[in-house]
Amino acid sequence: MAKPKVATTSLAGCFGCHMSVLDIDERILKLVELIDFDKSPIDDIKHFSGRCLVGLVEGGCCNEENVHVLQEFRKHCDVLIALGDCATMGGIPALRNTIPLQECLDEAYRNGPTVHNPSGTIPNDPDLPLLLNRVYPVQEVVKIDYFLPGCPPSADTIWAALTALLSNQKIDLPYELIKYD
Amino acid sequence: MDVALPTSMKKIVIEPVTRVEGHGKVTILLDEAKQVFQTRLHIVEFRGFERFIQGRPFWEVPVLVQRLCGICPVSHHLAAAKAMDRIVGGEKLTPTAEKIRRLMHYGQMFQSHALHFFHLCSPDLLFGFDADVAIRNVIGIAAKFPDLAVQGVMMRKYGQEIIKATAGKKIHGTGAIPGGVNKNLSIQERDFFLKDLDQMLTWSRGALAIAKDYTVTNLEMLAPFGSFDSSHMSLVRSDGAMDLYDGNLRAIDAEGGKIFDQVDCQDYVRYIAEEVRPWSYMKFPFIKSLGPEHGWYRVGPLARLNTADFIDTPEAEAERRTFMAVTGGKPNNLTMAYHWARLIELLHAIEKIQELLHDPDLQGTDLVVKGERRGEAVGIIEAPRGTLIHHYKVDDQDQVVMANLIVSTTHNNEPMNRAIQKVAKDHLSGVEITEGLLNRVEVAIRAYDPCLSCATHALGQMPLTVELLDHAGQVLDVKST
Repeated sequence: MAKPKVATTSLAGCFGCHMSVLDIDERILKLVELIDFDKSPIDDIKHFSGRCLVGLVEGGCCNEENVHVLQEFRKHCDVLIALGDCATMGGIPALRNTIPLQECLDEAYRNGPTVHNPSGTIPNDPDLPLLLNRVYPVQEVVKIDYFLPGCPPSADTIWAALTALLSNQKIDLPYELIKYD
Repeated sequence: MDVALPTSMKKIVIEPVTRVEGHGKVTILLDEAKQVFQTRLHIVEFRGFERFIQGRPFWEVPVLVQRLCGICPVSHHLAAAKAMDRIVGGEKLTPTAEKIRRLMHYGQMFQSHALHFFHLCSPDLLFGFDADVAIRNVIGIAAKFPDLAVQGVMMRKYGQEIIKATAGKKIHGTGAIPGGVNKNLSIQERDFFLKDLDQMLTWSRGALAIAKDYTVTNLEMLAPFGSFDSSHMSLVRSDGAMDLYDGNLRAIDAEGGKIFDQVDCQDYVRYIAEEVRPWSYMKFPFIKSLGPEHGWYRVGPLARLNTADFIDTPEAEAERRTFMAVTGGKPNNLTMAYHWARLIELLHAIEKIQELLHDPDLQGTDLVVKGERRGEAVGIIEAPRGTLIHHYKVDDQDQVVMANLIVSTTHNNEPMNRAIQKVAKDHLSGVEITEGLLNRVEVAIRAYDPCLSCATHALGQMPLTVELLDHAGQVLDVKST
């Protein structure tokens, strides 16, 4: 029987949740016996090599591309998990939600003490995806099946949730695994 | 220094995993004669930290701003803490506080360099640039070289455990606070790390030997690969030694001549500026005296090996001498030499960890100092990927009113573009996208260990799509790994 597939992506996150996946340490060698990481889950729709059992989504949506990827993940994954605080509620990147986007761009590309920008250009090439007016948690964009809180969720939390899902058990996390800092 | 895209030009877009992940993609622009005109590594993410951090209390910054990057959060945590030390007038840390922070930092350096070597770059080195992508990843390493895969996992774990013991958590810890740290290292914790220390030293020597032998054996093939002369910058100690946690800024040219030396970190604004280009959210730093055109430079392991006069741990120093001998004592400008340099630092980090674990100051109880309050401060550290600059102004209400952050990968922005350009010029024939080109662009980017390739590859995958577009945006050719 083919192994179930797991896809992962980092949207407006910091990759810390992905690093926490790696913090399962030697259990990663056991994990790859249980599942296949999808070959190119985050490249393009045609690269989803098949139906995925689980999609792990780190980060919220801060640009149009994040939204597109998230929708593709929803389409291809049976179970979609919001991994960490940014996916769940926007997290630190959502601190910009109370500030006009233009002010954020001005600070980075016009006002900073080391900025050299004689023409006052703000990056705007068509190759750059459009920024959203604010940072959206993933459940405001698609339906999410599970939320794993934490910044990041601990490796043990991720391991417990994944192994429960893979063995068709109810995900039942004790307090120690879902408490904050 | 930027040009609008002339309509007669063709455009090849290489989108790593990161296309949809959204952290970076590559465009190769061809001129009418179908020659490579320019290459662009686009950083497509924008967060806005510099602005939204304003109004936050300064003591929150070391834990807040590390959320920029979960791959090396300790670096941001410590750079911010170093700046905030000065804000509270506590920059002269107690011996316990400084050594706990150093231990945390060397733990970070150790885990990050181990991760990069075993999980990301060893597949290129051990299987070759043209190996099937299905095996050219860490899962392939696990199948063919299981011992090596286990070593990689266990070395990363050792570094992460050190971070947890000093910072409270493996990722996004809280250990450093303005003026010091919030805990010391207990005897039990120390003994836990001493137990596996010899094993870590042995494995580090082994990994370094692989990188060194590979580089020396294949020098002829590697020398021109994505290479170019450049300036180099890093922190160095006041006596010229490599120092990853603290020091003054030194920049040298491609021949080793000093551009500036022993520059106080607080004065960095007088020496470095960043150019904005419309096609990337990542700015392009340059040395002011040389201007935006010629002032770009490299940072990270290769730059640090080049700028330092010596390394203050015996084994790493012996390895540094071997490394420098390859280029006759002159700076090494080979892109692929980053890997060898990185592993010399891995050995240096574990030697430093050994030194610190035997230091009784780690069990001291004097953890925090404060002095005269300041309104502005700079904190600079050598992160795994290079020089990391944090600069803040804080008002008398304790609120941050200005933040300027120049992260390691940003310094290497122009160099990564140059490396890609060199590879594209050497390996692009006509307008056809070959597997070889894809692989080589990937390998060249990876030498710089930018965060954008890091996390995706760590899970064993780096698929790449290249699109060949005409000026109207019509797809002429698509190739994927």
